[in-house]
Parts: sequence; C-alpha cells; structure tokens
Amino acid sequence: MKRKTAYMGLFLALALICSYIETLIPLPVGIPGVKLGLANLVTVLLLYSIGAKEAFWISVLRILLSGFLFGNAFGILYSLSGALFSFLVMLLVKKTGRLGCVSVSTAGGIFHNIGQLGMAVLVAGNAAVLYYFPVLLAAGALTGFVIGILAQEIIIRIGGRIHF
Amino acid sequence: MRRRFRKADWIFLAVTVCLIAALLFFFSFFRGEAGGSVVVTVDRTVYGTYPLSEDAVISIDTEDGHNVLTIRGGEAKMTEADCPDRLCVHQKAVSRSRETIVCLPHKVVVSVESRKENGLDAVAE
Repeated sequence: MKRKTAYMGLFLALALICSYIETLIPLPVGIPGVKLGLANLVTVLLLYSIGAKEAFWISVLRILLSGFLFGNAFGILYSLSGALFSFLVMLLVKKTGRLGCVSVSTAGGIFHNIGQLGMAVLVAGNAAVLYYFPVLLAAGALTGFVIGILAQEIIIRIGGRIHF
Repeated sequence: MRRRFRKADWIFLAVTVCLIAALLFFFSFFRGEAGGSVVVTVDRTVYGTYPLSEDAVISIDTEDGHNVLTIRGGEAKMTEADCPDRLCVHQKAVSRSRETIVCLPHKVVVSVESRKENGLDAVAE
C-alpha cells in the first residue's frame, strides 16, 4: 500500500511536469483550445499499465493542481470537462478489446476537444464558438495520435514493469 | 501488448481521418466571405456592432474585466485583456464572416458578420 502511494505521487508529479512543459511550448495556430495534451501521455500509460481508477484520479488531480499553479478557475473548468469526456471515451474504446493504444488516444484527443467546446458553448451562450469545431476535431485527432504513438512505445518498453 | 497496430486500428484511424476530412471539406463551403462588421456580445447580450471598414479602438468593459478590440485594415483583433490566460489576445485577427474571438473568462464573444447580414439588406433580399 505504501509502495502504491509513493508510485501514485510519482505519477502525479510526472503528469504535473508534462502540464508545465506544455505551457512553455505554445502551438502557433491562433485558435484557442489547440494544445499538445502532453499530460495525457501519463493518463494513457496508467490506463494500460495500472488501471482505470488510478488513471482517472491522477488525471483529475493533475488538472486541479496545474490549474491552480499555472492557470485559473476557467482553465480548470474547461480542462475538466474535456478530460472527463475524453476519459470516458478512452475507457469505452479500450473496453472493446479490439483497438490498440493509438486508437484509444486518438479517440481521447477528439473527445477532449468536443467536451471542451461543449463547455465553451455553455459558458459563452453563443454557438459562434462552433465555427472552430472541425479544426478542433482535426487538431484533437492529430495530437491524440502523436501522444498515442509515444504512449505505445513507452508501454511496450516499461509498461509491464510497473507493479507494486 | 506486442503488436503495435492491429487491423481494427488501421480501420479505426482510416475512418477517423475520412470523417474529419469530410467535415473540414463540408465546412469549407461555409467559410465566410469578407465580413462587413463585428458584433461584440457580453454575457449573451449585444454590446455593440462596429464596421470593419473604419479603423477603431473599442474598449469593452464587463463585470468580469476589461478588453480592448482593435479594428485596423479591415481586421479585428483583441489587443488587450486583463484575464489571466489572455488566449483571446493570442488569437489571430478575424475578418471573414462567422469567424470569432472569444474571451471566456469575461464572457466576451466577438463575431464577424457579412455585409448582407446587417439589418435591412437581409430583409430586402
């Protein structure tokens, strides 16, 4: 149990560092909401090597902490709505048992942006935000795919060695 | 997990790429023409409408904070905001109809309208 607590702390720190690194590399696309989603790497890794419950809590805690450290309350709201939606979809895609980690991550990236955009429409009360819908979907798929490839290589190499 | 990609993955990714390409293609038809004016809304109510043809610096004061929208050379850009993330300021300038700039913390939405959409012209057509 103690060993697990230490491991989870380590993964939370890792996810937090990913969030921080991401704030240092803004993608110059000029469209709000497009980002790499580096921290999702940790979520996917945990989802495959430890379990859904752990992946979920690390993801939620990471968003809360990074929101307070590098962002603001609004950032937390959007990140959370995106992350919860994305996590649910990733879990469902993984449960099918037919699709690998790259597909799971790609679906996660797409639905993260759908969740975030949905929240933006609710808050702004203006469907004009939907103008960027297709671009955000494409961006989510692309970044999800890249993160999926990275996660896959990590899982193949060290995924089996993470146990308490 | 030994095999990197399975057959289902290829199918899934191919379908995803096709769907998104179709969506982008479909939406490209709705890409707006050169806009006539920008409409600024704050928390769902219209704050003001400004023509893109005249250069202007518009100060937007909301309950949540302060923004400055600058219209120059037929393009509108958010040039100042006192929100924490300033995503709206980093966003590129807008000039084509239906393009928007959003400052979510202040609930400010700036959207471009085409010339036809303004007022009576739309009714007359």
